[in-house]
Amino acid sequence: MINKTVADVSEACKGVSDNMTFMLGGFGLSGIPENAIAKLVELNVKGVTCISNNAGVDDFGLGLLLQKHQIKKMISSYVGENAEFERQMLSGELEVDLIPQGTLAQRCQAAKTGIPAFYTPAGYGTEVGEGKETKEFNGKMHLLEHAFKADFAFVKAWKGDTAGNLIFKGTARNFNPNMAGAAKVTVAEVEELVEAGELDPNHIHVPGIFVQRIFQGEKYEKRIEQLTVRKK
Amino acid sequence: MALNKEQIAQRIAQEVQDGYYVNLGIGIPTLVANFVREDIEVEFQSENGILGMGPFPFEGEEDPDMINAGKQTITALKGASLFDSATSFGMIRGQHVDLTILGAMEVSQNGDIANWKIPGKMVKGMGGAMDLVASAENIIVAMMHTNRAGESKLLKKCSLPLTGVNCVKKIVTNLAVLEVVDGKFKLLERAPGVSVSEIEAVTEGDLIIEGDIPEMKL
Repeated sequence: MINKTVADVSEACKGVSDNMTFMLGGFGLSGIPENAIAKLVELNVKGVTCISNNAGVDDFGLGLLLQKHQIKKMISSYVGENAEFERQMLSGELEVDLIPQGTLAQRCQAAKTGIPAFYTPAGYGTEVGEGKETKEFNGKMHLLEHAFKADFAFVKAWKGDTAGNLIFKGTARNFNPNMAGAAKVTVAEVEELVEAGELDPNHIHVPGIFVQRIFQGEKYEKRIEQLTVRKK
Repeated sequence: MALNKEQIAQRIAQEVQDGYYVNLGIGIPTLVANFVREDIEVEFQSENGILGMGPFPFEGEEDPDMINAGKQTITALKGASLFDSATSFGMIRGQHVDLTILGAMEVSQNGDIANWKIPGKMVKGMGGAMDLVASAENIIVAMMHTNRAGESKLLKKCSLPLTGVNCVKKIVTNLAVLEVVDGKFKLLERAPGVSVSEIEAVTEGDLIIEGDIPEMKL
């Protein structure tokens, strides 16, 4: 088996530098690469473009990079719940590209799977479609959207093995499988890293070929954004 | 009496049929799940990656790895499935989801919808709304008939940036059930005790009113 294991998050982030484009998995705070984000804050890389569905909250997730003014541009579908984000956006310090969520996922998937561009009906007739090529298929108008280009993809899985195979849990899967393999280097962090052969090949969600580096995260806070419960 | 938000959800729930896969937006649409008949089988899709979404977890049983698109903690019902975002929007774009229910700031009489951006105010983003409205064949809008200033939200033409064009089929408000037909709003039902003229007075778009308009049954 080809071994994708790296010692820790420092080795996993080797080669990260200013002005790069990163993909970061997660939906809200669920399934975000917590350890890689903490490392990016520590490395203090500046001027980065982040492709991520959301932008975290003020003191967690990508909000931590925003606090330190490390992000030049965010490409997301929804960026509420973040006061510092709002301030930087309104003051013009932060560039923001808002795109439909399905288009975001598919632009990752396209980058991963060698599709340079694709047509989607999402956003046709809206400001999202301004300046984009359009084409009619089956009587319906579509927009031409392009695959993303990114330097690093940081994804988070529940379990992984030394061959880089990944298994997710619950809705923490979200964008992670679509981003794995969509950048020049994919860094996967997992809650539990096991030897190749210990995971059932029938249960692998992302084959190791899409992952260049894998490590077990030191700890996971897994913060809940909206706690909603019912009484027993 | 105009309907409250629960009653709007209750009326929309009558549109949910046996065997439907349904995507519910944030706000009033979320409440629809509480009113679906118990003798039919329906599965709720949440676009962050679950089909067969269940109710909120019991206190102490919440799992940070189980949330809905509103980032609320949820549970999975028997027979549920989990998947990635591209697969999720494949279901949506591929028209495998039977019914989409979402809120709106404005709807126009040709079925355009605006629900994601108010120029000059904080823009939070469209999330999955543009993908949903561009692809869904059956879209019901749940909203109040007027905005906070008392102005009609059913317009000849939307004034706010659009989320999608020619896509809304039906609208359920606190005052009425309307259908988009031939570039106009066809009045189908009135809220109990609300007159046709009261609805006309707060509808800026063109209305089609044919015969006696029945009251909604809740």
